[in-house]
Amino acid sequence: MPFRTTHRTARHLPRGASSGPRLAPGAVGGDPRTAGSPGAPDAPGGSGPKAAPRTPNTPPAGRRRGEGAWGWLFVSPMVLILGLFLVLPILMALWVSLLDWDGQSNPFTGQAKFVGLDNYRALLTEDGLDRTLFATSLRNNVYYVALTVPLQTGLALVLALIVNQRLLRARGALRTTFFFPSVTSSIAVSTVFLFLFQGSGAVNTLLSWIGVKGPNWFADSRGVLSTLLGGLGIVDPDHPPGVLADHSFMGLSWYEWLSGPSVAMCTIILLAVWTTSGTFMLIFLAALQDIPRELEEAAAIEGVNRRQMLRHVTLPALRPVLFLVLTLGTIATWQVFDQVYVMGQGAPGNTTLTPAFLSYSTAFDDADFGQGAAIAFILLALILLITALQRWALRERGPRPGRNR
Amino acid sequence: MNATATAAPKARAAAPARGRPVLGRFPLPLRVLGYALVVGAALLYLLPFALQLVTGFKTDPDAAAHPLGLVPTTPTTAAYQRLFGLSQAGDGVPFLRWLGNSTLIAVLVTAGRVLFDSMAGYALARMRFRGRSLLFGFVVGVMAVPGVALLIPKFLVLNTFGLFDTYTGMILPLMVDAAGIFIMKQFFESIPREVEEAARVDGAGVIRTFWSVVLPMARPALITLTILSFQGSWNEFTHFLVATQSGQYETLTTGLARFVSGGLGGGTQYPLKLAAALLATVPVAALFFCFQRYFVQGANSGAVKE
Repeated sequence: MPFRTTHRTARHLPRGASSGPRLAPGAVGGDPRTAGSPGAPDAPGGSGPKAAPRTPNTPPAGRRRGEGAWGWLFVSPMVLILGLFLVLPILMALWVSLLDWDGQSNPFTGQAKFVGLDNYRALLTEDGLDRTLFATSLRNNVYYVALTVPLQTGLALVLALIVNQRLLRARGALRTTFFFPSVTSSIAVSTVFLFLFQGSGAVNTLLSWIGVKGPNWFADSRGVLSTLLGGLGIVDPDHPPGVLADHSFMGLSWYEWLSGPSVAMCTIILLAVWTTSGTFMLIFLAALQDIPRELEEAAAIEGVNRRQMLRHVTLPALRPVLFLVLTLGTIATWQVFDQVYVMGQGAPGNTTLTPAFLSYSTAFDDADFGQGAAIAFILLALILLITALQRWALRERGPRPGRNR
Repeated sequence: MNATATAAPKARAAAPARGRPVLGRFPLPLRVLGYALVVGAALLYLLPFALQLVTGFKTDPDAAAHPLGLVPTTPTTAAYQRLFGLSQAGDGVPFLRWLGNSTLIAVLVTAGRVLFDSMAGYALARMRFRGRSLLFGFVVGVMAVPGVALLIPKFLVLNTFGLFDTYTGMILPLMVDAAGIFIMKQFFESIPREVEEAARVDGAGVIRTFWSVVLPMARPALITLTILSFQGSWNEFTHFLVATQSGQYETLTTGLARFVSGGLGGGTQYPLKLAAALLATVPVAALFFCFQRYFVQGANSGAVKE
């Protein structure tokens, strides 16, 4: 079944290079990143000692003449397009991030002023508006990631466990229902949420039925955490405790770092959880159906109850997929852009500003492309770092789930 | 029913793989709770779309006064008439232009991806040439590059080549997709080599083998790729946002985003906004309901991409 094959692929990919042979059974050499570099002995012709045993059906070397040229011809569109629109632009942007460029002159002829690492310094070390804005965007995104990833993963897991139960007849319909938001346009669903959460909108109408007066969602910049604590009388949001107000990090007071996501940001979090849980539910569902039935039956014979089955059989078997989902979720949430563009563009009070949007608006609205590019590269480095950390964590635990198979 | 759960293992092994639950049916109270939970969740997933559909047929005051009303008090197709230019010129919303651009771009991007991704996938799966493994590593690496970090880089390169604000600049960069190459490569590796060798013995050249032997066999993968490419390029937003400036190149996503975030002076005309959003969703929704299993496959194989 193609469903299962593709799923297996997805599960193994994040292990990266170590799963090379599995990903590419025909590839020459095990590690796609290091093997087969131009100097490696994978010369065309297939007569090399390495290639021969791998492809026993290879016709005589003579028939393969010209295959190298054909190969390059076939990959040339990909090489050209990815090279021109992915590799080259990254190099160009690296250069621009060292310039003070307003987008008018040509940045590659020396007309723009070379400022070295000034753009990065302004964002990371120097006091000033640039750093405060960047720190604010980081704070917002940290809250966004910290809330969205666990919520979407947890919800997806619960939905998958329920949908996977055979007792429910409507399995297919449910799967469709939960998955549908994921395939629609992010702009279109953001529009719908904008309508639902307006001041006198559907959500607040619903809330009023149970006697709650909903906030003016998109205009409310109060931090949820500080508002909650304020409501409990623990802190006074208007007069934060001295320690928190007096100390600061990267131009933001501790109080600002700790005040929680704003009410407006919460709507974006809800939107993200609502749209992405369907995709992750499908990934979990595929993994659940991949659990060998014999394993569950063996456990059943041992006399486990439902909770023990979940705790000791199902969840351990889902572990690699759980890591995959957490990694994908984290990478995606650090890139939130579309929803921010439609739902707030940073407003209110910069509490929906994210690094991705700040990078865009710095470059295109404020015509400071150097600074915008620098933000983009810091974000890129951050995401790659987090991915690497998660892959490392994944690899450490690699052998364990292997035993389940 | 419950008896089967305690039947001999052999008998159960012979039952269909997706047969009865291993631990038998849930007790009734749990089942009721499960249904309640799931129906509640399903409502939360459906209600926004239902409200969107209904609101599109409301008048502006009705939408503002009864945001939760599932029946319009005075049903009207005014929003749709405005979108299609049948009345009042759409209040600065050149919807048909957006629709045309989105369609043109999605069709061309899809055609490009299907051709180029399968060519690259085939070469990476089957041909031996110097640097192949390196290229495959490159494809895998490309999938790891976060898209938002490319907003400014993409603008720079398009600007430098004079492709900014052109259809070429909107379409060409999207015509190759690393995840698609990956899907195609995996599929080509599953085709038995003997088929191609037989074709070669019969005197078919490389292109003929690829075009008339291998590609027809790859139909399931090609359908998946076509559908995912269409959906992806139809919903694409950030690339168009930085690749264009003039209204004439606006797509459904960029046009709608600007309209909704106030760029076109839309005010609070939610029926109009939601009708536009609905129409932007319809083609993908139709594809989704017709070809669900390809989307499901995409979620699992393309999971790599996000």
